[in-house]
Amino acid sequence: MDKNKIIELKNITKEYEGEQVLRGINLDIHDKEFVTLLGPSGCGKTTTLRIVGGFITPDSGDVFFGGKRVNDLPPYKRPVNTVFQKYALFPHLNVYENVAFGLRLKKTPESEVARRVGEMLELVDLKGFDRRSVNQLSGGQQQRIAIARALINNPKVLLLDEPLGALDLKLRKEMQIELKKIQQRMEITFIYVTHDQEEALTMSDTVVVMRDGTIQQIGTPQDIYNEPVNAFVADFIGESNILPGIMHRDYLVEFAGNNFECVDSGFDPMESVDVVIRPEDIRLVPASDEVLNGVVENVQFKGVHYEIIVRAYSDIWVIHSTKAPEVGSVVGITLTPEDIHIMKKSDVKRLSYLKNESTIEEGNDIEQEI
Amino acid sequence: MRKITSKIYIAVVFIFLYAPIFVLIANSFNESKSRTVWTGFTFDWYSKLFHNEVILKSLLNTLIVAAVASIISTILGTAAAIGIYNMKKITRALVINITYIPIMNSEMVTGVSLMLLFVALNIDLGFMTLIFAHITFCVPYVILNVLPKLRQMNRSLYDAALDLGCNPLQAFRHVVIPEIMPGIVSGFLMSLTYSIDDFVISYFTHGSTSQTLPITIYSMTRRKVSPEVNALSAIIFIVVLAILLIMNLTDIKRSSAKKRAKGVRAE
Repeated sequence: MDKNKIIELKNITKEYEGEQVLRGINLDIHDKEFVTLLGPSGCGKTTTLRIVGGFITPDSGDVFFGGKRVNDLPPYKRPVNTVFQKYALFPHLNVYENVAFGLRLKKTPESEVARRVGEMLELVDLKGFDRRSVNQLSGGQQQRIAIARALINNPKVLLLDEPLGALDLKLRKEMQIELKKIQQRMEITFIYVTHDQEEALTMSDTVVVMRDGTIQQIGTPQDIYNEPVNAFVADFIGESNILPGIMHRDYLVEFAGNNFECVDSGFDPMESVDVVIRPEDIRLVPASDEVLNGVVENVQFKGVHYEIIVRAYSDIWVIHSTKAPEVGSVVGITLTPEDIHIMKKSDVKRLSYLKNESTIEEGNDIEQEI
Repeated sequence: MRKITSKIYIAVVFIFLYAPIFVLIANSFNESKSRTVWTGFTFDWYSKLFHNEVILKSLLNTLIVAAVASIISTILGTAAAIGIYNMKKITRALVINITYIPIMNSEMVTGVSLMLLFVALNIDLGFMTLIFAHITFCVPYVILNVLPKLRQMNRSLYDAALDLGCNPLQAFRHVVIPEIMPGIVSGFLMSLTYSIDDFVISYFTHGSTSQTLPITIYSMTRRKVSPEVNALSAIIFIVVLAILLIMNLTDIKRSSAKKRAKGVRAE
């Protein structure tokens, strides 16, 4: 067995009121790793986290902590602590007592409690807030207290359930960096749940992409972005153009009415495939007979780049470019073989819908209800 | 014009509501036994009241019954509310409606049926039956006060307590109970006032040694209204008013404290 593997999930399934929420989750989590469970709402990521935390028992499958099966171990006996979605600070206690809560239960001597609470408040940059009521704190401050309250118990693993979901964008970015720093300084494992792909890419050592109760892909942020295993992952992580194509033979694919060279092989001859192309990989050139031509339908300024919508051969293309062509003009599209990712056909019709929903909901996950 | 009319209207309503009570309080200081003639100011009726053995005994009975019944109802009601809160939707709706019945039900029916039950079970009417009866009508009030507090509570607070090392019992003691305390307190105070006030149900379920104040007053007025009763009623009115004021003031304080906290956060 891998020596620094500290948590193992084996074939976990869970059903709620006839709905299969998890369908066989297998996942290894290593010491000092920052693991992110990423997926749209309802994909089972929060349920997975709550199974690790001990709030939910799986219907089948096993949870191992350090090689020991812990399926029936209640939360208060597990060496993990959780930062909850809406902080869940105790409103009847002040900041100091909230942070000291875990130590008080262990009957820690008062002098040590004072020292450790001081250390924790310093760690989360809230020194001197001891006597404040938690209702007087801003969202970001409450979030920090929730982290301090969890970390003071010296957990081996910290579970974070969409902890930044309720914060505004700027604060969220700051907290992402802060969290990563805390994780490295404390040298513990973080399991982080989010539906925000950017958050996942920024902070994680390992990203676990989930969908409909199954794991789609496990890998480093670079792997997940550059080598998505299917169209779902490709579309969920960053923007993608997903076009229907036919694989004529190894290294030759037909889509958008043209044949293109590509770097993929191993498909059946004439197999229907999904062709995935990142918007930033596409280069616009003057229209000519040599390339695929299309009409510019819309141009939007996005700050770093323009988002250009082009209709070419009955397909809609999203293209990112620093130069903006005129709306209505005809442009040429060029691709290098490395830009073309061929994937087995999968059901991606609901994708963009799912993606929008998960960003609008802002942490109001249905999973929370369970 | 409309303003004046509405002011007059309010004045009339309040006069109807409170005039009888002020007449009563005024009469309790009237030297004459007659209710129609004012002969002079006196505290006599109050001092007589405090020397009246029967009244003092029933006052003590009332207070004992109210205290015991409200404490037991508060414990039972809080436990019941927590149970109801954790039920599945349909059962919960059902149980809440059943809980309402004792409140909606005519007191007469509740009183008679309790009496019949005690007689059928061969329990002598007395303190015991009185306390049982009071618990039956107090528990729903506690449940109805505690349930909303549970609903307002963030469900993950309980999870957070478990997560930080509480076993379920400790989680209740350290987190859930403090969270729902305002509901428990108002449930207790409501039980206390309803129990002190109750006449109809007590009338059917008391024994000869366990007369409560309302029953004693009733039997006193059957002969003629003694001014002592006026004095006693005045005291009861003032006490109930005081409890109500305290309840409302703490409510206002709490909500304004919350508002202030929110204001600070907004800055």
